Amino acid sequence: MGRITLDKVTKSFGETQVIPPLDLTIEDGEFTVFVGPSGCGKSTLLRLIAGLEDITSGQIRIDGNDATNVPPAKRGLAMVFQSYALYPHMSVRKNIAFPLRMAKLDKAAQDAKIEAAAAALNLTDYLDRKPGQLSGGQRQRVAIGRAIVREPSAFLFDEPLSNLDAALRVGMRMEISELHKKLATTMVYVTHDQVEAMTMADKIVVLRAGHIEQVGSPLELYKAPRNLFVAGFIGSPKMNLIDGPEAAKHDAHTIGVRPEHIAVSASEGIWSGKVGVTEHLGSDTFLHVHGTGLGEMITVRAGGEVDFKYGDTIYLTPRADVIHRFGTDGLRIA
Amino acid sequence: MATKASRSAARLMMAPAVILLLGWMLVPLTMTLWFSFRKYLPLRGGDLGWAGFDNYTRFVTSSAFWPSVMATLTVVGGVLIITVCLGVLLAILLDQPMWGQGVVRILVIAPFFVMPTVSALVWKNMFMDPTNGLFAHLFKFFGAEPIAWLSQASMPSIIMIVSWQWLPFATLILLTAIQSLDSEQLEASEIDGAPPLKRFWFIILPHLGRAITVVILIQTIFLLSIFAEIFVTTGGAFGTKTLTYLIFQRVLESQNIGLGSAGGVYAIILANIVAIFLMRIVGKNLDN
Ligand SMILES: Nc1ncnc2c1ncn2[C@@H]1O[C@H](COP(=O)(O)OP(=O)(O)O)[C@@H](O)[C@H]1O
Ligand SMILES: [Mg+2]
Repeated sequence: MGRITLDKVTKSFGETQVIPPLDLTIEDGEFTVFVGPSGCGKSTLLRLIAGLEDITSGQIRIDGNDATNVPPAKRGLAMVFQSYALYPHMSVRKNIAFPLRMAKLDKAAQDAKIEAAAAALNLTDYLDRKPGQLSGGQRQRVAIGRAIVREPSAFLFDEPLSNLDAALRVGMRMEISELHKKLATTMVYVTHDQVEAMTMADKIVVLRAGHIEQVGSPLELYKAPRNLFVAGFIGSPKMNLIDGPEAAKHDAHTIGVRPEHIAVSASEGIWSGKVGVTEHLGSDTFLHVHGTGLGEMITVRAGGEVDFKYGDTIYLTPRADVIHRFGTDGLRIA
Repeated sequence: MATKASRSAARLMMAPAVILLLGWMLVPLTMTLWFSFRKYLPLRGGDLGWAGFDNYTRFVTSSAFWPSVMATLTVVGGVLIITVCLGVLLAILLDQPMWGQGVVRILVIAPFFVMPTVSALVWKNMFMDPTNGLFAHLFKFFGAEPIAWLSQASMPSIIMIVSWQWLPFATLILLTAIQSLDSEQLEASEIDGAPPLKRFWFIILPHLGRAITVVILIQTIFLLSIFAEIFVTTGGAFGTKTLTYLIFQRVLESQNIGLGSAGGVYAIILANIVAIFLMRIVGKNLDN
């Protein structure tokens, strides 16, 4: 069980309010990702749930029970930190055993759990090493192992992959997703990387300055961003946001067109411009088009085979059915 | 300093300093060794020729020798235990966010800047004096009989004075060590279910291991040779005659330089035994 409910939770550090009143329900077994730019209060929110910070007002309930004043150890949650926070003077085995030892579990039961966790995380060969002798990915796995053995009702992750290199990050992303499928335990995951959010989440919570901008599944957020902030934040490359007369044609203050929803042609199209930098990824090509009169630059995602050179004239046609329209207040017009 | 040329240039430039330091160390050491084999009585005829190992046997067979070794070890051990234990506690206390932190930290460090002679005299006259001392007044206030600290509890008194001087050093080193502890480790252990005392025992103390080792090693070196504190308080009486003080008495009070030099050589040997012993016990903390 691991249903977490935040009810009008606020948090202030001195005078500055980092989290304005916030309501959120994380369902049991759900993989929820908090995503938002750096400094928007994601870590603070996670630490409030963990109990590492006191909330200023409001209530946190875990499985329906008021947990607002329950100390961290009693909340039944496990946390994986960005720095891994392994105990450097203890071996991997001792690190993983630490929560069990604190819970005064008997030695045999401890060993059984450690062996099982180590096997699941490919750590069996490293049990007697110190954290300092492990690679970043292995340390990450030890931190996860230490969380798993407690059998928490929910896992909390604070940017766990941001210290890993790109290749390792993709691998660990899969491993964490798989772990979630296997354990079916609630997971709350904080990241500033929208790709991580899109690929892992059942539910994404987009935060800006402590406010929830939108909550929904990855595809909901992609297909129907509620406002300009979410539109610009979710999706890579970024959605093109166009205002002025072109937006007025669609009865909107601003329109948004995703790079992948623009067709390119060398001879005809609705908009025209000059090709700037092109990024060839093999499977796709990202074209930066200038001088369209629509704004500084339009990003277009075309197939891998297109052959435009710097300075070529290009014609662009947006797909009419997937143009996002936003009003003067920045909110989506249905 | 990667290339051969830069390495030899570096050696050349370091040479004056190394030679100076070596001379600084070697000249007194050689002189001590030389005199320890001479019969040298400045007021009774001066240098009277070779003495063989006479000085060495006389020094150890004197009834004052073993008590002085014990006194030295007691002072060093007592001060180490007190400064390390209190140092850890004070460091944790000073690490807490509190009002007036800067001033408190300076106050805690201040004793280190007081000269040993001065601080020992202040303790002797202002605190430990059996009639006018603060302790005496305190005892009287609670209706107890004041004690003559420096004669009735001479060893604890000396240890107290020296600990007071060295506590700031230990606290300072341990405070910087505590400040380098990653707070996420403490938070992780808190979530893992460790109450404050266990967090101290399993996380903070192991983290301080290396700093404690440094404190012990450095303090031992200096504590083996404390002198001023004993000179101005008990004058070596009441069982506080350390090896250093014994050597001082042999040289200046008995006017026997040869005998004192032999004692100096024993002091070097003792210091090395203690150092090796310490390295064995705590030195492995300095690895990795
Ligand atoms: N202990 C603290 N004291 C004061 N301000 C803090 C503290 N922790 C975080 N903040 C502030 O709260 C805001 C949100 O921080 P954080 O939750 O760490 O952001 P994120 O994890 O989204 O990058 C930041 O502006 C930060 O400066
Ligand atoms: Mg953060």
